[in-house]
Amino acid sequence: MNSIESDRQLLDSIRRDDPAAFEEFVRRYGGRILGFGMRVCGESEDAKDVAQDTLLKAFRALKDVQEPEALKSWLYRVVSNACLMRRRKGKYEPKQELSLEDLMPRGREDAEVQIPDAASLPDDEAAREETRAAVHAGIGELAPDYRMVLLLRDIEQLSTRETAVALDINESTVKMRLHRARLMLRKVLADRLGRSGAAAEIPS
Amino acid sequence: MSACREMFARLSEYLDGELDPEICSRIELHMDDCPPCQAFLESLRRTVDLARDLPEHELPEAITRELVEAYRKTRESGGN
Repeated sequence: MNSIESDRQLLDSIRRDDPAAFEEFVRRYGGRILGFGMRVCGESEDAKDVAQDTLLKAFRALKDVQEPEALKSWLYRVVSNACLMRRRKGKYEPKQELSLEDLMPRGREDAEVQIPDAASLPDDEAAREETRAAVHAGIGELAPDYRMVLLLRDIEQLSTRETAVALDINESTVKMRLHRARLMLRKVLADRLGRSGAAAEIPS
Repeated sequence: MSACREMFARLSEYLDGELDPEICSRIELHMDDCPPCQAFLESLRRTVDLARDLPEHELPEAITRELVEAYRKTRESGGN
């Protein structure tokens, strides 16, 4: 069964007021919501609170979601708003978009830095962990507006359209922020894990 | 260099298959003649793959049970 079809069944059982529907919803989306919250809010108690609040509040309102295609966007909208509310209590975020010029590689050496290939990471668990830690840290360094787009598109695998709906921005802004977020993440990975092109060929 | 700059702005859309075939062909033509752009595109593709490769989170069983219990109580008290 594809995910749209299983979401349709879930929404049907919620509308029927099936007592088992809540547990089914939590088991299907709880991990994703917690993961997203942890990557947006940081790995704090906040993230757990956001996940629990979101799951309880969202479930009550799910009866009004008619189309299964809309479920994911709607759910991430609830959780990203909850994360933003907590964030506003903390630091102020600049609203200015990053210039593409600032993200262009500086010369050939910079352009040709080699990043490890996910498909052929070493078997050594410690080395894999080091790579994951660098990716995790790189995502953490992104400004939240960029981080959320990258998380929704590349990690939660939402479409451009679903991401736009979830974050209440237009699709061209999603594309623009996603590209800049990936470029910034590439830069962090190049600094932490990269090797210069000719010096160290990494098999792919 | 201005051709490289033009390519550079569209690389994520190219990787995501969101560009018209005509623009894709132009990018591919440019890549054939520009090893730095080729290498850069590959490093960007690998960056995206590494992000996608991060392990999924799981909601700890204790939290799941807690939530299901909290929900059961609100249902029983008519708060659903």
